[in-house]
Amino acid sequence: MIRREQMCNAAVILLLLAIPLWAHSADAPFVITLATKVTILALAGVGLNIALGIGGLVSLGHAVFFGIGGYATGILASHAQTYEPLLQAPFVIEGTNQMPIIWLVAVVFSALAALVIGALSLRTSGVYFIMITLAFGQMFYYFAISWSAYGGEDGLSIWVRNEFPGANTLVPLHFFLICFAILCAVLWFAARLARAPFGLALAAARQNQDRVEAVGITPYRLRLVAFVVSGAITGLAGALFADLNRFVSPSMLSWHTSGEIMIFVIIGGVGRLFGPVVGAAIFILLEHFLGGISEYWQIYLGGFLLVIVLYARGGVIGALAGREVAHD
Amino acid sequence: MTDPNHSVSPVLEVRGVSKSFGALHASRDISLDLRAGEIHALIGPNGAGKSTLIKQITGELRPDRGSVLLNGEPIDHLSRMARAQRGLGRTFQISALAMDFTVLQNAVLGALVARGGVFRFFSNVMRDRDLVARASEALDRVGLADVAQMRTADISHGQRRQLEVAIALTQRPKLFLMDEPMAGLGAGGSQSMTVFLASLRQEAPILLVEHDMDAVFALADRISVLVYGQIIATGTQEEIRNSVEVQRAYLGEEDAL
Ligand SMILES: Nc1ncnc2c1ncn2[C@@H]1O[C@H](COP(=O)(O)OP(=O)(O)OP(=O)(O)O)[C@@H](O)[C@H]1O
Ligand SMILES: [Mg+2]
Repeated sequence: MIRREQMCNAAVILLLLAIPLWAHSADAPFVITLATKVTILALAGVGLNIALGIGGLVSLGHAVFFGIGGYATGILASHAQTYEPLLQAPFVIEGTNQMPIIWLVAVVFSALAALVIGALSLRTSGVYFIMITLAFGQMFYYFAISWSAYGGEDGLSIWVRNEFPGANTLVPLHFFLICFAILCAVLWFAARLARAPFGLALAAARQNQDRVEAVGITPYRLRLVAFVVSGAITGLAGALFADLNRFVSPSMLSWHTSGEIMIFVIIGGVGRLFGPVVGAAIFILLEHFLGGISEYWQIYLGGFLLVIVLYARGGVIGALAGREVAHD
Repeated sequence: MTDPNHSVSPVLEVRGVSKSFGALHASRDISLDLRAGEIHALIGPNGAGKSTLIKQITGELRPDRGSVLLNGEPIDHLSRMARAQRGLGRTFQISALAMDFTVLQNAVLGALVARGGVFRFFSNVMRDRDLVARASEALDRVGLADVAQMRTADISHGQRRQLEVAIALTQRPKLFLMDEPMAGLGAGGSQSMTVFLASLRQEAPILLVEHDMDAVFALADRISVLVYGQIIATGTQEEIRNSVEVQRAYLGEEDAL
């Protein structure tokens, strides 16, 4: 039996693919850029959703991972541009403009950051957890501002978009398809994870910590692993985001970014597989259309968020597809 | 199954455990043991410190003094999780369940940890035959097979009590610590639970905290009476009924016997 949520999801993903394909033939590269932005932000949200949706971890520090991904792209690319090695001694590390290598670096470093931040902040819970993740976010933000070697406050420009074997990333549709393929792969992974033993235990720890401890699982371990996986995915999104804009700046690390990712996950549906995709699409559409009307378009975003939080706890996906069907 | 006379040490032993919350002495030098094959009932008025004692056995609370031994080995240094893995299966006085899960999922959670393999990221846990079979069997035994696919938030209070017991069963523990499993079950429910627990003692001994005296007298091989954090008597049903101290302190006023 195909459930309503699965039909919703299929419609969303097909639409996300169809619009840029159409825009490509209609020669509307700007639309493709918008769709790419949705795709990348959705990916960042899928990352957050693993911590927030399944694990119940309200992290206001996910901009750290997004930013680390972004700076991985920026730093590696800038060294490739200038032919100056990143490191001379004890061994030489060159920059690169190869996306797969950049992604790997982005994932590894954001995972490491998540491991450290998670290991410290997950000892607390509730509002303290939120505050500690926020504090880490601020630390990284101000560090980036003061890091003059890589542009400091002004950020870093990437002159030419990085390369992917077999594709011409300067063609907007090619770059979109690369991002789209990654999003699909990560969605598949997130869906498996939610149904896996790990997902069950993590969701149980969110609902009743006493229960998981009584059967012999340490919630801390579950949450730390979830936080690392979550951070790594958001970091990968950050790497793509930098390549989309050909620019990285400390604003990627600011707590506004954390807040925005959380806002669109909530709008789309916390804990719903496609919640971040729908949320990111709504966010970008509002920004695009309302942003043209008023500089203060986020007023409307706030109103939208309020309605969702008050009347549709499952977000837009929840309103369309009904209550979540638990594991089957 | 196990002959109590052959076992060198009791399955569980509590030795001189004391615990204070500020000025309140919730446990005063408590010693008791649980032998293979028995049901040992722990009774006492509200606030006597029964749940507090259970928590010190499971590791949720650290005693100020005293020691807890499992099969003769001290487990004081072990975390709550490690003790659960060593075979302490407990049920909560107030149900602690994942309310968004189905009944079956709650049971699978227990079976999962007992079997191992929590950190698996790709396999579908509800398609794991071994786990689901183990969980279903436990649900079956407590009479929840019919509601296995229902959301835990939607089943009755009494059914949640039964689910607590079922989860403990999936762990296949060495002993059960049950904190008022009959509470809120209703007459029919407590009767079938009584019959079930009577058969369960063959698998693993039970330390049973219970207010339902019919159940206690139907089940208990031994009874300990806890009043104001202190064990005032331990013995067979006969001994407890005849204890002057118990009558004075606890049973007399209620005319429960
Ligand atoms: N964490 C705590 N902090 C302070 N006091 C506590 C704490 N836990 C329990 N108490 C107190 O310790 C005493 C014993 O409580 P406990 O829950 O063990 O009683 P009980 O015998 O299980 O009672 P009941 O039959 O009502 O379940 C009570 O007076 C209770 O208020
Ligand atoms: Mg109690």
